[in-house]
Order: sequence, then structure tokens, then C-alpha cells
Amino acid sequence: MINACRVNDMVIRFANVNGTGSASANDLFAKAIFRMGIPLSSKNIFPSNIQGLPTWYEIRINENGYVGRRDSVDLVVAVNPQTYSKDVVSLHPGGYFVYDNTRRLHPDLIRDDINYIGIPMMQLCMDNYEVPRHQQLFKNIVYVGALSVLLNVEMEVIQQIVREMFSKNEKLIPPNFKALELGAAYARENYDYPLDIRVKRMDKTGDQILIDGNTATALGAIYAGATMAAWYPITPSTSVVNAFEKFCRKLRVDPDTGKKKYAIVQAEDELAAIGMVIGANWNGARAFTSTSGAGVSLMSEFLGLAYFAEIPLVLVDVQRGGPSTGMPTRTQQSDILLCAYASHGDTKQVLLFPSSPAECFELTATAFDLAERLQTPIIVMSDLDLGMNHHMSQPLTWDNSRIYDRGKVLGCKELEAMSDFSRYQDVDGDGICYRTLPGTHPTKGAFFTRGTSRDEHARYTEDGGAYVRNVTRLQKKWETAKTLVPQPKLFQPVFRSRCGLVWFGSTGYSAMEAIDILEGQGIYLDVMQVRAFPFDETVLKFFEAHQEVFIVEQNRDAQFRSLLINELNLPPQFLLSVLHYDGMPVPADTIVIQVRDHLSRVGIPDTLSQKLSVG
Amino acid sequence: MSYAKPKFRHPEQKRNAVGFVKSDYEGALSTLCAGCGHDSISAAIVQACYELSIEPHKLAKLSGIGCSSKTPTYFLGNSHGFNSVHGRMPSITTGASLANRDLIYLGVSGDGDTASIGLGQFCHVVRRNLNMTYVVMNNGCYGLTKGQDSATADYGSINKSGAENLFPAIDLAELAITLGATFVGRSFSGDKTQLIPLLKAAISHQGFAFLDIISPCVTFNNNKGSTKSYDYVRQHIEATSALDFVPEEKEIVVSYPEGSSASITLHDGSVLGLQKLNREWDPTDRNASVNQMQKAKGEGKVLTGLLYVDPAGRDLHSVMDTVHQPLNSLTQESLCPGNSKLEAINASFR
Repeated sequence: MINACRVNDMVIRFANVNGTGSASANDLFAKAIFRMGIPLSSKNIFPSNIQGLPTWYEIRINENGYVGRRDSVDLVVAVNPQTYSKDVVSLHPGGYFVYDNTRRLHPDLIRDDINYIGIPMMQLCMDNYEVPRHQQLFKNIVYVGALSVLLNVEMEVIQQIVREMFSKNEKLIPPNFKALELGAAYARENYDYPLDIRVKRMDKTGDQILIDGNTATALGAIYAGATMAAWYPITPSTSVVNAFEKFCRKLRVDPDTGKKKYAIVQAEDELAAIGMVIGANWNGARAFTSTSGAGVSLMSEFLGLAYFAEIPLVLVDVQRGGPSTGMPTRTQQSDILLCAYASHGDTKQVLLFPSSPAECFELTATAFDLAERLQTPIIVMSDLDLGMNHHMSQPLTWDNSRIYDRGKVLGCKELEAMSDFSRYQDVDGDGICYRTLPGTHPTKGAFFTRGTSRDEHARYTEDGGAYVRNVTRLQKKWETAKTLVPQPKLFQPVFRSRCGLVWFGSTGYSAMEAIDILEGQGIYLDVMQVRAFPFDETVLKFFEAHQEVFIVEQNRDAQFRSLLINELNLPPQFLLSVLHYDGMPVPADTIVIQVRDHLSRVGIPDTLSQKLSVG
Repeated sequence: MSYAKPKFRHPEQKRNAVGFVKSDYEGALSTLCAGCGHDSISAAIVQACYELSIEPHKLAKLSGIGCSSKTPTYFLGNSHGFNSVHGRMPSITTGASLANRDLIYLGVSGDGDTASIGLGQFCHVVRRNLNMTYVVMNNGCYGLTKGQDSATADYGSINKSGAENLFPAIDLAELAITLGATFVGRSFSGDKTQLIPLLKAAISHQGFAFLDIISPCVTFNNNKGSTKSYDYVRQHIEATSALDFVPEEKEIVVSYPEGSSASITLHDGSVLGLQKLNREWDPTDRNASVNQMQKAKGEGKVLTGLLYVDPAGRDLHSVMDTVHQPLNSLTQESLCPGNSKLEAINASFR
């Protein structure tokens, strides 16, 4: 029996009805396992709806730290009869179907290759709680109690989290404890426990944290000194500004006066949101907005203005399924080309691609420095999976000796010492000119910011020569950007294969697992994580060093591949797409299958035959 | 390319309280059509800022797109300016004001920029009571694209090509009042005795000050049949009041005939002296203002002057309860919580 057990390796799926309080119970369960030192991630699969529709919550537990999504489900907690038939099918043979047996299951739902565990969740609650709302809410806690017995989750850990959850409302602790015990007792009395899938305390989480990317992004903005945010509500980016406001209330209120050292505006639309952010940055405050694809479409005109008039700003794009309204509550990486070339005319925008909450924090903070250094928009390309789901992540860190890079801004004294100020004169030869803020000096430094063509003195002109000088300088600035944006990460000290694999953003969880699976099968690929656009020299060298490179991305049209081909002038036939775009995060198996499919046609790469060193 | 403006000035130009002469408030030579009403408004802005003794760098001028939005180049050359995109000046100004509450914000827009493409942003900047002056140079047509009717063109008016406007006009002043604007005035580019004190009062108002200034388009909308022509406006203008604006530091010496005068103290202590031409007029009564405006419209008159003022309204910074120090001057030390706080935050996610 012991040998057949699978410990700390499973996928559990909760099938709930949205708006019934299941989310906090599921979080409680996940957090308890995480506190037992076991790596995991959780995913909310939710509808664009407030109450009454099916919602799922998936936890992947993996002792090796593989916490990308996995398709095959080991145990379903089915609390929503609407989806019973779907949930029964989702289990692989030998899996467990935990359901509310207050009512009998329909015979059609019986599979003979899975195990059924009935817990009378509703009945136990009806018998033990009087208030109807409680009967509903504690049903969720009852199944957590039952699972603790079935899967060996330490009850003391669960109880401790309950205590912390209700530390400000302690009278709720006893009824929660009671519900936990009702479920646990029923499981103990009626089933063999623990099951052959189970958890066991270990120490694989170290000092890591369990956090969603949007919260980490918001903290990045706090630490970078953003004082102004303007936004328009849109899933899945809403929680960025919500979290920013929450931390501002804690960290940014003047203790003496109670007044706010921040301003957050819920704008009338995305156009106004980014307009406000441009106005604030023009005036020297660090300001940002967050949105999702549809919002970026609306912001495009202003992105062109900020690019051309050279105004810093930070835009967080938490991507979701497009086009149009698309799949508002599903994930994709499908705004790549939209953002890279946002707005009409010759525009190019700097993109950063965080792959984890820790990188959401780090790259958001970096975005503010880059925006002011480069005097241009910086777009942080997150997505729904990264932004809204809880991921195991390195802790967020801030180096106290780090100084904000406020870029080339002339102060009053510097202007005083100057005989002539020209806003768009490339004094340093890096394409970045000096700017001034309104109100700096009584007689020097004023200039006219405009979206029209202008000469070096910021004067309107339709002169072709002046126009070409200006846009050529912007191109030079773009070259400078390549030296300043975060470098790609290479995952091998020396290249060892003729084939490479490139990933970016939240795909990393599954891509790195896929690489390990492929290695287990004797297929070695060199790996690069791209973290920014424009692509720097290292990115180009990676392609030059490999005959074929797989590009993994979560959209239909291989947008990232197009961007690489277009910007690096790469021969398209050597860039192979691994695509996934059904709105769910890409599983490692999908990557493995697509890579193997291709290699089975062209031959497995000669492992360890290439010895090119990394530049 | 603008022509160079003559540099010659009278050697003994009078300096204002902050040491600037009037020409310090001028800008580049206008490239608008000769006789354009907008140039008269630019001149009034120069005069108002000079008389108010505003340090030029303490004012920021912002605009959208269109003939009117080009004018900030032609005044206040020592002030930062921002010629943004069509209809979006309000959002840019909102952000700028949130970043630095200490500057004076002068937004310039047109009837196309405000009443059509920018109507949404206009409505929202009004309801936020942003501390700014919002000037619409209203000529009822799209000048830069050769004279199409705008949304403020009067119903039934005839444009230069002889076409009749088939849609009712949006009255921006009336809209602003109903949306809760705290200062609304209307004037005529050709009436600088009314326009200059109105501008001064608007700039001094703490909160959103809106001025709808009828400004004939000499090229495309100064024809017979237009209700925004010089002739039509001059024949139909009716002022609500004669206006005096007295900055706070000066003694108030305004006298009007008994029973017809009123004075309104603005937030900063400045005083608006009004000689009411209509005894029923009360510019602090929102409903009365709207009624009077509609009555005048029904009679084919263009009602001008201060239409409505609420000196006690709370502006956006006040509503949002931001610190007095401009947000753009807060230092890293004051903004960045440091790593030890971050460690505590990390702990809350374990």
C-alpha cells in the first residue's frame, strides 16, 4: 500500500458556484498545505459573473516545485451539481470524486474506474447551523475539514490560519472550528484515511511566499514611488489598483495630518486614465495605469503621444483572452504586437515581461526608472494567470541603497547656469534629451510639449529635415533602450544543443517543467527567458547559436515569434511555434507534445554537440 | 513656421507686482486668420495674467487640437505648454494638477474639441471640480478642416456653403452648470471690457471655472445666417451684469447704484463686484441661472457675463484629501517604505 502512495504530487479541483464563499475556504486549504512546506500554486477558473455560475479552483501540489497548470485531475471536490457530469469526466482513472451526498448521485454520474467519497455537507450544516447564510458558508469549511483527514493536511495548521483570518472578529473562530471538525469526523468515521494520494510536511518552500502577481505589481509601484494612479475597471487588471490603494492607505498617509501622499482616480474611461497619467508624468510625478487588452486599444492614441512627445509613463497590461471582449476571465499572451507597436505612425514601445510575482514587483519598479530615463511609455506585460492567481514566489526584496533614476530633468540651478535650453537637442548623443518641469524657473526652461512635429527647440514645424532629425533621434533612443532594459536569462552556462527554446512571462512555470520532462526523455534544449523588448544583443546571439528555436507563447498567431523575426531579421523557418490559446494556462505536457511532434519529424537534436559560450 | 515677432517694446513698460512687464506674457506671433476672434481672447489672457501678477512659470497652459488649441503658442511664452490630442485636454490637466497642485492651470479648447470628441472628458472634469480655468473659444465650426458645423452651431443656422444645421446646439455653459461647475461665464471675443475681468475671476476661482467665449471664425462662419458671426453676436448680446474683479490684496472700491450691485468673495479672498443689469439675476442660484439662460435663448439672445458661481465648492484635491505639498515634490525618502516593511509584507503572504 505504502509504495502505491503518491505523496505531495497531485492536482485538486474544487467545483463551486460563484458568490457562495468558496474562494476563502479554498484559499485556506491551499495556504495550509503551503505552510506545511509543500510547493503549490492555485488557479481560479471563474466566470465573468457575480453570482450563481460555475467556478473552479485548482491546486497543483508538487514536491519538485513544478507548479504550472497540469491537465489531469486527481481529486475533485464537487459542490456544484450543475457541473457534476463535467467534473466526473475531468478525473483520470483512479481519481477521487468528493461530493455532497446529502442528495443521491444520478446513476449516469457513476464511473467504475474512479472512487466516490460522499460527505453530507449540506445535511451537516442544516443540522448544526441555524442561519441560512451560515448553512451555505460553512458547507465550504466542512469539506476542508474532511479533506484534512483524507489528504493528511495538519489540522493545527488550518486552525491557526482560521485564527489569523478572524483575528479582528474572533467570534467567528468557534463556528469555523466546528465546521472543520464536522467534516473531519465524518471522514474519519466513514472512510479509510488518508487516501493513497496525500500530503506530508516537508521543507521545500523555504522563505518563499504565496502571492498573486497583481499585488506584487502594486507593491512594485509603491516601492518605486508612484504617487498617482488613474484607471478604469477591467478584469483582470482591477486588482492592481485595488492593491495599490490598499498599500497606500497603510504606507502613504501622512501620520501628522492624516492626508494622502497619493492620488488615485477612477477615470471615466481608459482614454482619460492614461491621459491623467501622462499629465502627472509631464509634471514630474511618477504615475501609472493598469488595464487589459481592450483598454490598451483605447489607450493607443495616447501611447503614440507619449512616445512622440517623450513623456514617461508606466502601463501595466494584465492580458486576457482577445480579440474584442474575448474571454474576459481567461488568460492569454495576445497583446504582444498591439503593445509593441501601439499607435499610428512609426511607434515602438518598450515592453517588460515578468514571469513571477517577484518579477512583477521588480520589473514594475524598474519600469518607473526606465520610463523616466528613456522618457517614454514602459508597458509591463502581465497576464490573468500571473496577475490573479496565487503563485509560489521568491520573497519581494528592496535594496535600501537603491536610488530612483529620475532621468534627465533640469532643475532651477542648472537652468540658471545655462545660456540656452533646447528640449529636443541630443546633447549627450544617446538620443535622450533634457526635459524641464513646469514651475521650475521664472524665465528659463519653458517649452511647448506637442504631439505635432517640432524642431529641437520644441517649436512646431512641418520642415521635412527637422522631422527626420527628430525621428532618427528617437530611433537612436530606441538603440539606447536596448542597453538599459532587463537582460534575458539564460538557463545554461554554455549552449549544449542545436535547438533552443524561448519563453517569456507566465509561460515559464510550464516551460521549465517541460524542459525537465524532455531532458528525462533524452531531449536537451537550451533555454532563454526574454524579459524585455527591444531585444538586446544576447537575444540575437541565442538565435545565431542555434539552428532551430521553439518559441512558446499563449496566442494563436505566434505574435512573439513575429516580433522576433521582424526586429532581429531572423529567417522564419528556423523559429518554431509552440502555441496554446484556449484561455487556460499552458500545461507542460502541451509544450512537450508540440516539441516532440516537431522533433520526431526532423530528428532529435544532437545533445551536447554544441559548445558555444554565452556572450 | 511662425514669423518672428518684433522685439521692440516701449522702454518704460509698467511692471506688475511680481516685476514682469506685459510683453513677458506674450507668445509667438499668431498664425491664425487675420481678424480671428481667438487672437482677441489670447490678448485678453495676456492682459488678465499681467494684471493678476501671475509669475509666468507658475501657470501651465494646456490644449487639445484645433484652431483654438493652437493659441497657447500665441500667449504666455514663458509658461510650459502642452498641445495634446483631440478632446483630451481635461484628462492631461487632471493628471498635471494632481501631480502639482501649486500651479495655475489654464486649459484652452474649442467647440469641436469640447462639445464633440471631448464631451465625455469635459463632463467628468466638471464633476470633479478640478482647480482650473477651462476656456472654450466657440466659433460653431471646425476651422482647421474647413468649416464643418460643430455641435455648438445653432439649430437652423446657415454655414458658409449655404447648408442649414439640422441638429440642436449643445450649450456648453448650460451643461457645465447642470453638471455642477462652480464657476461658469460666457463672453464674446470682441468685448474685452467684459472678458478680461471675467478671465481674472475665473483664474482666481478655486475650483473648476468654465468660460464659453463666442469667437467668430472670420473665414468659415462669419456669414449672414451664422449665429456665431460678429454681426449676429453684436446684435443679440445681452450681458447679465457688469463685472469688476478685485484681487485680495487690494482695497475694494466698487460702487454701483443701490439695489443692483452684488459682491462675491472668492476662496482666495478676491472679490467679484457685479453690477446686475437684471434685478432678478442671482448668479449663485443654479436653477435661476439655467432659467435665465433658457429664457434668453428663447428670445434669440446671447446671454453673457458671469452666469453662475459657487465660491464654496470643494476642488478635487480637497475631495481627495491629498497632502498640501505637491505630489511631484515628495522625495524617495518620503515615498519608499524600505526593505524592513517589505519583509513584514512578505511574512503576511506565508
